[in-house]
Amino acid sequence: MSDLKRTPLYDLHVELGAKMVPFAGYDMPVQYPLGVMKEHLHTRARAGLFDVSHMGQVILPGADAARALEALVPVSLLGLKEGRQRYAMFTNDAGGILDDLMVANRGDHLFVVVNAACKEADLAHMRAHIDGVEEITDRALLALQGPAAEGVLEALVPGVGAMRFMDVGVFVWNGAELWISRSGYTGEDGYEISVPEGRAVDFARALLADEAVEPIGLGARDSLRLEAGLCLYGHDIDTATSPVEANLAWAIQKVRRAGGEREGGFPGADRILKELEDGPVRLRMGLRPEGRAPMREGVEIFASAEGGEPIGRVTSGGFGPSIEAPMAMAYLPADTEEGTTVYGELRGKRLPAQVVPMPFRPATYKR
Amino acid sequence: MKFTEDHEWLKAEGDLVIVGITEHASEQLGDVVFVELPDVGDEVSKGDEICVIESVKAASDILAPLDGEIVAINEDLADNPGLVNEDPLGKAWFFKMKLADQSALEGFMDEAAYKDFIG
Repeated sequence: MSDLKRTPLYDLHVELGAKMVPFAGYDMPVQYPLGVMKEHLHTRARAGLFDVSHMGQVILPGADAARALEALVPVSLLGLKEGRQRYAMFTNDAGGILDDLMVANRGDHLFVVVNAACKEADLAHMRAHIDGVEEITDRALLALQGPAAEGVLEALVPGVGAMRFMDVGVFVWNGAELWISRSGYTGEDGYEISVPEGRAVDFARALLADEAVEPIGLGARDSLRLEAGLCLYGHDIDTATSPVEANLAWAIQKVRRAGGEREGGFPGADRILKELEDGPVRLRMGLRPEGRAPMREGVEIFASAEGGEPIGRVTSGGFGPSIEAPMAMAYLPADTEEGTTVYGELRGKRLPAQVVPMPFRPATYKR
Repeated sequence: MKFTEDHEWLKAEGDLVIVGITEHASEQLGDVVFVELPDVGDEVSKGDEICVIESVKAASDILAPLDGEIVAINEDLADNPGLVNEDPLGKAWFFKMKLADQSALEGFMDEAAYKDFIG
């Protein structure tokens, strides 16, 4: 375990009583003494502080960065205005997803945040296609999420309350430069804040000093994102799923689609543009199992209560503390209609679940 | 009260035994969100997986500690699985069983031995 990396907040996590677990090569807090359920509910009711410093922070310098990055993602980045952020995904030649990422236009450069587990591969991929790729290794990344996040952060960093969902900006707190976006991975309003590593603990303590803020671990981060219908790379999306199958077509702007000004020109465009036109064979959908038993990752889904072959498989599933019910995502035949009853096989028994739209709980972003 | 290596507690009540999970087990599981219980009247053998406990983290089983018949189940756990975290040794009992051999209870750990066992 000694080869696990630590974030700048490691000692603080331990001091706060976190249970630490290996995650994507890092020793990360899975929960604090409050526990997963209460951490989840606290984030929805007040504000939760997350350490996401394991994620990759990358700068793509220069005026041509957006055009260069467009060659790797099916997303319009030339159309991304300064001070704004957008969701994107790296695709491979087969149209599968290599990783999902956030891209911010910060004027003379793009700021990119990628998943921890894919960080090295993403950097190599970007470096092979884009000049001057710079990994930022001296900054921590925190997320403050929940209805109280705006008030808490505004008190420390005046001006952030005026940001809208997916705005980005540079602010100063006690001499430390903060790179802030109004975004997150919980379905809540909130912020993601890049802070110099030497100031990360002070800044985290300043946030935690507010009685509205509790530290939140990876356990609740997962149940929060699942209720919000957000994908987890390596589970709900991977190299075997296309962005269209993953129900992420909303992230592909018209300008990159067939007939658009910058049609295609990204890896796997043939398949992805065709799926956008004709529809995919299978699609990521939401499931609400009846009763309280969660259907977790790997549970096979059947069309009927007896017999037949599986029609899909759960990619993420668990219990939603806010919806007080189990929830799951699964890839099902694309013509499966909302409201259809399907059956998940749990411990040898087929239990019914309804196909439902996502998110399971509506987002509360400040648009 | 007696304890199994699978972190269950067993309490004799007349010629029945009440079964639940220990505080240690409930802490390890985390917040419990669903409990599936056996049916009253089930004849079970030692080691059978007869209950499922789902927490926010994962699913785990409760094994039948001994041979016997299930004579009662705690219906409250269906509506309020959080009882397993709140009061694992009391209100969150799982089932009562009639043992094929009541004296078999003596083979399990007492509280001191269980505390040593979990370290």
